[in-house]
Amino acid sequence: MNKIIKYVLYDIIRNKIIVAYTLFLLLLSIGLFNLGGSPDKGLLSLLNLVLLTVPLISIVFGTTHFYNSYEFMELLVSQPIRRSKIFMSEYLGVSLSLSAAFMIGVGVPVLLFAPGATGLYLVLTGVFITFIFVALAFLASVITRDKAKGIGIALLLWFYFALIYDGLVLFILYSFGDYPLEYATLVLTALNPVDLGRVLVLLNLDVSAMMGYTGALYKSIFGSLWGIGIAFAVMVLWVLVPVLASRRIFKRRDM
Amino acid sequence: MITIENLYKSYGKLQVLRNVSVELGKGKVISIIGPNGSGKTTMSKCILGMVLPDSGDIRFNGESVLKKYAYRSQIGYMPQIGKYPENMKIRQVIEMIRDIRKDAAVDDELIGLYRLEEMYEKRMGALSGGTKQKVSAALAFMFDPQVLILDEPTAGLDPFAAEILKGKILKEKKKGKLILITSHVMSEVEEVADEVLCLVDGSVMFYETISDLKAQTQETRLSRAVAKIMNEGYKP
Repeated sequence: MNKIIKYVLYDIIRNKIIVAYTLFLLLLSIGLFNLGGSPDKGLLSLLNLVLLTVPLISIVFGTTHFYNSYEFMELLVSQPIRRSKIFMSEYLGVSLSLSAAFMIGVGVPVLLFAPGATGLYLVLTGVFITFIFVALAFLASVITRDKAKGIGIALLLWFYFALIYDGLVLFILYSFGDYPLEYATLVLTALNPVDLGRVLVLLNLDVSAMMGYTGALYKSIFGSLWGIGIAFAVMVLWVLVPVLASRRIFKRRDM
Repeated sequence: MITIENLYKSYGKLQVLRNVSVELGKGKVISIIGPNGSGKTTMSKCILGMVLPDSGDIRFNGESVLKKYAYRSQIGYMPQIGKYPENMKIRQVIEMIRDIRKDAAVDDELIGLYRLEEMYEKRMGALSGGTKQKVSAALAFMFDPQVLILDEPTAGLDPFAAEILKGKILKEKKKGKLILITSHVMSEVEEVADEVLCLVDGSVMFYETISDLKAQTQETRLSRAVAKIMNEGYKP
């Protein structure tokens, strides 16, 4: 596996997009920490921007990389290598390089300006979101051979998780406001990795005091180590399900 | 060496292979012919595991190849149109494949004959179709495999390069290898092949030695013999 990852990484690094992405995150983080007064404020603004841009970049980069590597994979498929190995090398190559960019671009400034548990959760969330959205990107890419269609599906997924989903949740909360919805919202949060990440970090900031009764419930759940463990376990599921599904499709498709 | 049993494959509604069963033995050059879209490439890709059959089995030295991968170390494949990562250099592609097949013996005769070393630093994307074919040929023969699958190997090669390839094919045949060649050029088939496997609409129309074909049709040239059979329909 390492051999193939080596060539995938080599291809990505030559690409230079990854360098631009790192610089962009670095600039964003340093700028936000210097803008706001307290480090907490900086973290909050950083969280909102990270949860919008990291999924977008991960999913678009993942999809275009997959289609651009099609020839590479075709070349390898006729060699004595397992297909699942080719697929996982591509997946790990892309996710690891994007995660590394995130760790440098966001992790380092957080460590400098706002070290602590909240910062750690922010970085962990960002890494998980990267792995999840690259997995979704690969899923979109194995579903269709058409590059334009694949990128279309990927962008739709991003729209759904980053924007539409929150609208739907708000709509449900307003429509059923007369009923006790605390546990329902908890489930709804778990069904969107972006929201899950947001709640995880927010609850470690003081702002959670303003989130009312649901916020208090969240706090009682996610405040404990046990709850945080469950949240990260759900994140792991969010990585595994699309990766395994797309690997299965990739193994059975004609090249 | 390779046994194909009741192979079926369809791409959606299009049935490409219908009940193909053949036995391909070692030490022979077998030419797979047939009209465009008759399933020649699909059949070779099935042997390589690049295309997965709907039903049927392919056995390599007695063992089924379905869901396996290690057997591919015994196969050299030259695709019809070689597709390579555009921003890799020739040297990198060759080194990568060598890296993957680390334990195999290396035969770089074709690299030398095609003078590929002089172009090692060129990007694959910048190469002409013919040069890409040369790289494909060099890679197919590089690990001294027992089986060679060459999909229209001389299409796109200049006559000089095509001669080198034909010479190499005959040389490898003497070592007792099984060589499958799909081709449309009958004169070339006649030059290198011993047997002809003809696919029409995804099923085997005939599978005969060239001398038998000529004797049956009382023709001296293979192209005429094949045309005669195609026109009259095949009567074994």
